[in-house]
Amino acid sequence: MADLKLTQVIKRFGDLETIHGIDLDIKDGEFVVFVGPSGCGKSTLLRMIAGLEEITDGDIHIDNECVTRVPASKRGVAMVFQSYALYPHMTVRENMGFGLKMAKVSKHEITRRVDEAAQILQLGPLLDRKPKALSGGQRQRVAIGRTIVRNPKVFLFDEPLSNLDAELRVKMRVEIAKLHGELRNTMIYVTHDQTEAMTLADKIVVLRSGNVEQVGSPLELYLNPANDFVAGFIGSPQMNFINCEVLAVTADMLRLRFPCGLETDMPAMTANVKAGDNLKLGIRPEHVLEDASGELVICVDVDVVEHLGGSTFVYADYAGDISMTLQVGGLSDINGKDKREISFNRHYCHLFNEAGKSIGLRKDALELKAAEKMLPMAG
Amino acid sequence: MSVKHLKTLGWYLFLTGIGYVFLFPLLFMLVSSLKPEQAIFADLYSIRAILPVGELSLDNYRQVFEKSNVSLYFWNSLFITVGTVIMGLFVNSLLAFTLSRMSWRGQKLVLAVVIALMIIPLEAIVVPLLLLASKLPSIGWEGGMLVLKSSWLNTLHVQMLPFVANSFFIFLFYQFFRDIPKDFDEAAELDGATPFQIYRHIIVPMSGPVFATVAILHFLLMWNQYIWPIMAVQGEDARPLMPGIQIFFGRQSSWGEIMAYASLVTLPVLAVFLMFQKKFVTSLAGAGIKG
Repeated sequence: MADLKLTQVIKRFGDLETIHGIDLDIKDGEFVVFVGPSGCGKSTLLRMIAGLEEITDGDIHIDNECVTRVPASKRGVAMVFQSYALYPHMTVRENMGFGLKMAKVSKHEITRRVDEAAQILQLGPLLDRKPKALSGGQRQRVAIGRTIVRNPKVFLFDEPLSNLDAELRVKMRVEIAKLHGELRNTMIYVTHDQTEAMTLADKIVVLRSGNVEQVGSPLELYLNPANDFVAGFIGSPQMNFINCEVLAVTADMLRLRFPCGLETDMPAMTANVKAGDNLKLGIRPEHVLEDASGELVICVDVDVVEHLGGSTFVYADYAGDISMTLQVGGLSDINGKDKREISFNRHYCHLFNEAGKSIGLRKDALELKAAEKMLPMAG
Repeated sequence: MSVKHLKTLGWYLFLTGIGYVFLFPLLFMLVSSLKPEQAIFADLYSIRAILPVGELSLDNYRQVFEKSNVSLYFWNSLFITVGTVIMGLFVNSLLAFTLSRMSWRGQKLVLAVVIALMIIPLEAIVVPLLLLASKLPSIGWEGGMLVLKSSWLNTLHVQMLPFVANSFFIFLFYQFFRDIPKDFDEAAELDGATPFQIYRHIIVPMSGPVFATVAILHFLLMWNQYIWPIMAVQGEDARPLMPGIQIFFGRQSSWGEIMAYASLVTLPVLAVFLMFQKKFVTSLAGAGIKG
């Protein structure tokens, strides 16, 4: 159990800087997920915490102790690798006990701790098998078991579920969440799958090109994304973005024009906005209505309809070149290649300036209560 | 018979023919070693030359043991070969491990040198090596006493130590180790293993095929050493089998006896190869050096 603190952590490979001065505070027992697209530096950051990658500049503290120059094995961290990295010539028991053997723990104690971890993960009957005789999910559990026996201060997971099939991934995700509930250790989890991030995390760290874009709870990120990148990354399917032009600015109101000519007022923080600016309006697929009952109505050309049973995804084009996705609960009567009106309400909208930064909407003016009511659904 | 069957039959005939060409000298040697001198020549131009028929006996083998110090040569060869192979497996794999899985200053240069050394044949360095060996002092037994010798010549270790490290074997190990995912090392590093423990507990147990390949190739190389022992060893005491055959040949010996000697020299190699054949073939395919 431990706090973790990153201070201005920088990583350079030769002249190439891949992590640009990251500050991060992780509290004891927190489940933190690093999420971002491929190449954003999330795995590098995790490996720097693990001690597998040298830190070019900055400091890492675990439990108020600076571990920047401490070797990996002495940091009190344990890691689950994407490839599991189970030693193929050792049995499950030997794999799990290898760390303790290296630490010269007595055989009796190793057996006790391996059995204990095996019980938590229901690995008992598999202890004498070699990794190649295990299924993907079992291997994954052994890899986790190997970290548990070492009783580390911090657990690190490097995309641990990416090699599993979809069904097993959901199952293991639940198991990892349960495990965190039982152990209450600090855990850091790297993934590019925002669903994993949303479901597992106490705190999500969104990374892009070696920078932290936003840190917050899953719902904070979902409801109040700091920029269009976070807005697009968190939430599935992705948020819809519509370009619109600012026609007029008053103290607490923006007059916007949509590509098809629709004009509307949007109560917002207008301090840094001026007439003539191009803004991006974001609306999540689950907040778009399939009819004209909402406040803002636009006309789209339906392209493809996917019926999933419980919900329906509708892919449509708006104003010729803007792709829109709608998520409709239950079955929808929308047909492919339809031309139809869809709508949305202002209090679900997000506005971003040209640099992508969020412009706060004045929720007070947008029936705050209505928005709060929708919170459980949003999660 | 369909065209497909004919093709298969053709292939089998072709392969049998090739097999015969390669097996002929071996069979001829083994069969002749069991025959008296006249029978060898009488059978020379018929299929009987490679068939164990007629008057067969182990007389030739008996003669070899009587006329030559073959058992001493055999133990010398075995000691030199096994000793060198064991030391070689350790030294060569350890260097390959540091080259492929660790990072240190000058690593790339050392790798380049190792690769460059592969093209230098023994014949090119044998004279300077002999000069060096003749100048190196060593400790050895002589007449039941420990004495300081002024040179390495006429010893067993002069036939072993120069051949322990081998750039080709280092390269084979390097190739194999390079393909083992780094995750294993990192997992072991987090488990608290030192680099040597990673080598000992993780990499070596995972590298059975390449160890088998190098063991066989190194065994053959050492067992068949000929030029170097002839140059570096004059006396009987440290002489291995291969130069022994030359000396035996030089004496008045029958062809049957020579074939018996040759069979004695060949059989251990054949046995080792057959024992490790499966691993050897897998590893050659895996190491990407087919053919």
